[in-house]
Amino acid sequence: MGVWWIGASRPDAPLLDGVCARLGRVFAHTVSLFEDVRRPADSLDPRRGQHSSGRILRFLGAARPGQRVLAVTDADLFVPVLTFVFGEAELGGHAAVVSTARLGRHEGPAPLRARLAKEAIHELGHTFGLVHCPERRCAMARSSQLVDVDDKEAELCSDCRSLLRDKEREGAT
Amino acid sequence: MKRERVRVLVVDDEEIVRESLQAWLSRDGYHAETARDGRSAIARLGGPLPWSLLLVDLKMPGGPDGLAVLEESKKREPGAAVVVMTAYATVDTAVTAMKLGAYDYIAKPFEPEELSLVVNRIVDEQALRHENALLRRVVRKEYHFRDLESRSPAMQSVFELARTAARSNSTILVLGESGTGKELLARAIHTESPRARGPFVAVSCAALPETLLESEFFGYEKGAFTGAVSRRRGKFEAAHDGTLFLDEIGDVSAKLQMDLLRVLEERRFTRVGGTEPIQVDLRIIAATHRDLEQLVAAGQFRQDLYYRLNVIPVKLPPLRERCEDLPLLVESLLEQLGTELGRAVDGVSAEAMEMLLAHDWPGNVRELRNVLERGVVVAHGRILQESDLALPPRESPAAAPEGELPSLEEVERRHVVRVLDHVRGNVSHAARILGIDRSTLYDKMRRFGLRTEA
Repeated sequence: MGVWWIGASRPDAPLLDGVCARLGRVFAHTVSLFEDVRRPADSLDPRRGQHSSGRILRFLGAARPGQRVLAVTDADLFVPVLTFVFGEAELGGHAAVVSTARLGRHEGPAPLRARLAKEAIHELGHTFGLVHCPERRCAMARSSQLVDVDDKEAELCSDCRSLLRDKEREGAT
Repeated sequence: MKRERVRVLVVDDEEIVRESLQAWLSRDGYHAETARDGRSAIARLGGPLPWSLLLVDLKMPGGPDGLAVLEESKKREPGAAVVVMTAYATVDTAVTAMKLGAYDYIAKPFEPEELSLVVNRIVDEQALRHENALLRRVVRKEYHFRDLESRSPAMQSVFELARTAARSNSTILVLGESGTGKELLARAIHTESPRARGPFVAVSCAALPETLLESEFFGYEKGAFTGAVSRRRGKFEAAHDGTLFLDEIGDVSAKLQMDLLRVLEERRFTRVGGTEPIQVDLRIIAATHRDLEQLVAAGQFRQDLYYRLNVIPVKLPPLRERCEDLPLLVESLLEQLGTELGRAVDGVSAEAMEMLLAHDWPGNVRELRNVLERGVVVAHGRILQESDLALPPRESPAAAPEGELPSLEEVERRHVVRVLDHVRGNVSHAARILGIDRSTLYDKMRRFGLRTEA
């Protein structure tokens, strides 16, 4: 599986390397950084000035079929019924996207790195079939606001780890 | 209440809205479906599986709008909360929707926090209602056939027979190994019978010695024996107009068998020490884990009483013969235990389920419940792991590895332990199964260093 920068600005290599390393540890998979210059062409909604996360997921599925991929972007994401989302993923699918736009970029690299790792685990966890976790500290807990993200740890709780094992086993059989 | 049991119907004419809300709700673990207009939404109301929440767009072109869906849902899905959503929020429509019984009203696009809050609030309230109902059922011990969930064809035919039998007034004989749920089935038969408003009285014939059982059955008059300081009604009187459940009927003494036969024939009896005959109107459901035919053949059970009881025999299969029910039973027992013990439990891990499926459950559903109860108490997370379950290792007294053949005394010790385990430490019961008297069993237990539970 891999991490793919699809943002407009230059990729922040240490930030993305950090995400890859964290995902590798949490999911016990090899995670590589895709050097791919392609970008989703139709994700911007000019009326809202935001990018549709659904369209980005479709782009990822078409660009790297059958490959588990987490796209990272600096674009502000939305789904039609919500004002914004930190990220989105196909539940039990392959594609996930997470945005740095609302993760407090202005607060400096350390908070951004920590928050991005949590949301990256969260969205990628969905692709493994994990749903939102009632445990507030678990990376799979729902986060609608930045304070919720800060409450979480960049780890899965023991229940989600156990579910992940079950899901991976189901997938293997 | 498990989140996948929360059923949400999203009604919106815009496909992208339906898709994104469905995906959002699925990531929360809810079961979400969609309807593209008012007409198809209304057609899906009142089905066999109730909706927990309806997220309904107010304005949908052509056909019934959101308010019509709301009105219809109040009639067909009174348990569902309806949240009305619209892109054209006005105070008037909000007021109308709330007057018609909408739970809440939100304007599109919503803040993620707003949607989370409203959905969580509804789900929490419904979980509380569900929990109350569950507790009420546990406290009142009211069971219906629908509560005895099963996918096994053998159990389905048991339910079918029991359902038909419930409508009659005939005596029912429930057969099955210990822990197969004989009393629960008896309670369900009572609840679904015309006697449901009357009492359900259960008495275990194995738990009491003959003399006590007699006064337990028929009551006694003041002064009937030392300690009878006032008149007391027996179980037969207490069950008047209802159902009397005689558990472990195969364990009653010869004298009580005769007394029971008389009551079954005449529907009349006298209290111990009394002379006045008392007439009762009740339905008898008897149960036993023993082979009554064999007991009759061995002269230990009266044939005439057996015929009186064996009007409608219902045989409950042991758990090992209905493994397909195990996941369903685990789910429903965990829900019950979670409520009773105040612990939130979501399920068991795949490894733990494999371990449960591999066990042969000599103590049947009761044993499963005990194993899960321990698991719920010791588990650290919401998912029970193998290590939480502590299943006894599978052992057969006859099958020891070659080279480790046990002595006769060791085989005897293991068998005594097994029987005591099976009857949960009831020495009288164990002695009967072993075919020895209680004092002999106590001697053996002392010799083997076994203790009986107080």
